[in-house]
Amino acid sequence: MIWQLDLIICLFVIICAIAAINVKDLLAAVIILGAYSFFMCLLWTNMGAVDVAFTEASVGAGVGTVLFIAAVNRTKRRSKD
Amino acid sequence: MMTKQSDDVIVKTLSRLLIPFMQIYALYVIAHGHYSPGGGFQGGVILAASLILLVITYGLDNTLRRMNEKLNVIMCSGGVFIYAGIGVLCLILGGNFLDYAKLSPLLGVGIAQARSLGILGVEVGVGMAVMAVMVSIFLDVATGGLPSVDALEKTSRDND
Repeated sequence: MIWQLDLIICLFVIICAIAAINVKDLLAAVIILGAYSFFMCLLWTNMGAVDVAFTEASVGAGVGTVLFIAAVNRTKRRSKD
Repeated sequence: MMTKQSDDVIVKTLSRLLIPFMQIYALYVIAHGHYSPGGGFQGGVILAASLILLVITYGLDNTLRRMNEKLNVIMCSGGVFIYAGIGVLCLILGGNFLDYAKLSPLLGVGIAQARSLGILGVEVGVGMAVMAVMVSIFLDVATGGLPSVDALEKTSRDND
């Protein structure tokens, strides 16, 4: 485990999480959440949990993003708060 | 809408090239689930992602012609049936639930190979169920529960 790489990925995970909460455009929030899932997947791989990383990549970044986009498509794109 | 056919030739050609590789990769993940990372759940999700890509690029009606909702429901309950059936079969043969070692006289192989084959059967069942449920959730969210254009036309033709 390389601690520099770990630190950078951890930083990106936190940045993506804060950005996904704060952004007003819901479609942008979904895409940032997908990026968050990919960085989380890298973090799991770095920690040696390859099976969890595989699930995170396929469910979190793959199907979850598509389901969120479909849900945004059925409702409004802008958030009020 | 997400369920209409795309007009973009690049998107359609790329997805036509990509979908077979995705499905082969999903089958690889399911078949090697007991040796390497992956398994029934991840392989089923990748298989569902390939079908969702087909819905997004080629439209709902083209996809339902290849895999209609009746087949979807059958695969969903069939996967659960395979999983529970293997478990109950082990129970009938005198072991615990999902005790694959008891399958060895039935399959005619040794205990170690019977365990491997039992896990493979369970992975196939889980993959089928997960794929069907993921596609069904996506279709319900994307269409709002409304039937497709073809289905509407067919019911109106049947009523005439």
